[in-house]
Amino acid sequence: MNEGALKELLYKMADDLLILGHRNSEWTGMGPLLEEDIAFSSMAQDKVGQSLALYNILHALGEQAPDTVAFTRHAAQFHNCILVELPNQEYDFSLIRHFLFDTADSLRWEMLTKSTYEPLSLLAKKIKGELRYHTLHANTWMKQLGTATQESISRLQQSLQVVMPYALGIFEPSPNESILLTEGIFEGESALQAKWKTRVEEIVSGTKLHLPDWKTVTPVFGGRLGKHSEHLEPMLNEMSEVFRMDPTAEW
Amino acid sequence: MNTLTSIKIADIYRWLEEVKDPEIPVLSLVDLGVITNVNVEGIHVTVEMTPTFVGCPAMDFMKSEVITVLKKYGVGDPQVDINFKSAWSSDKISEKGKASLKKFGLAPPPSTKDIQLDLNILEHSVCPRCNGTNTEMKSPFGPTLCRSLHYCFDCREAFEQFKPV
Repeated sequence: MNEGALKELLYKMADDLLILGHRNSEWTGMGPLLEEDIAFSSMAQDKVGQSLALYNILHALGEQAPDTVAFTRHAAQFHNCILVELPNQEYDFSLIRHFLFDTADSLRWEMLTKSTYEPLSLLAKKIKGELRYHTLHANTWMKQLGTATQESISRLQQSLQVVMPYALGIFEPSPNESILLTEGIFEGESALQAKWKTRVEEIVSGTKLHLPDWKTVTPVFGGRLGKHSEHLEPMLNEMSEVFRMDPTAEW
Repeated sequence: MNTLTSIKIADIYRWLEEVKDPEIPVLSLVDLGVITNVNVEGIHVTVEMTPTFVGCPAMDFMKSEVITVLKKYGVGDPQVDINFKSAWSSDKISEKGKASLKKFGLAPPPSTKDIQLDLNILEHSVCPRCNGTNTEMKSPFGPTLCRSLHYCFDCREAFEQFKPV
């Protein structure tokens, strides 16, 4: 097993979940209605917990302890896609990001149920069931707000245009793609992207929204290599503020 | 408490009946289905557990409760191994556990086999108070990761369901 390639995959997945989990948690107390406040808070808890499970696997492979990894790295050492680090902005932006990311994430975990790396396939079998509730939530609101009023439709449409280049950044090609494929660890980003496009098209076709022509969207890459937007560093500073006050504290 | 000289697996399960889900005090960890294996070699006990949800914040607490109870019965240095070898599903909740949930006012989860076919089944959960099915799901997310929010049009009360997963 090529450990470098495996770790790269685990880090980018874990970092995506930690960062989006934190962004989701910023909706706690701020949701447009109570149920949405609870929904984004619950999804935050799920995602941070799932990132911990991945950091635990990395720890077993010789990487540093989960808290150290989560709270002491600099932005350039994170491998999340830029999509997940962008500030929440309005609810329509957060909903579109949630829909596009979680559609990809649930397909990714579904593919990983067949991984030859057992710790990952066991975790995938568990997580794919949990994610059904995330995609159910996203799809329900996409359908509801994507067919409701002129304002809701135009807001979602606008966010869809803004978010799409970043969403394509989820699938930034990895230099290890062929190794992961050959070793049966993961089928790869391009296979995932193809499935994702089909699923996104299917859900959006049930709304009054229009997807841009895929050929005209230029993906925003860089996140997987540690090249982030200006938004990640301040977020990390806030996220790790308490931890850094006393890194040796027992919680 | 005397130190035990021999332990049966059945004893361990019986003692673990005392450890309840911290959020649902009527439900034991055994009935919840999170105890996935018990291994006894002589007087050495290892309990395997798996979380209901990967992000369940109660896991560390449940682990320490398991250790406390086993020590109370004289098990020296009990080990708890948390893993995903046998992933939790709501189908692992025992019939006794489902009955306790309903009595507690929480709708027990329907079989996940039905859910695979049709997620809409969540829209018509059975109200734990009046058994009515004229209900709707308000949100797939509730006060804990394992519960969803519902409303019953028959008895006009809100209720929560233990999510099928």
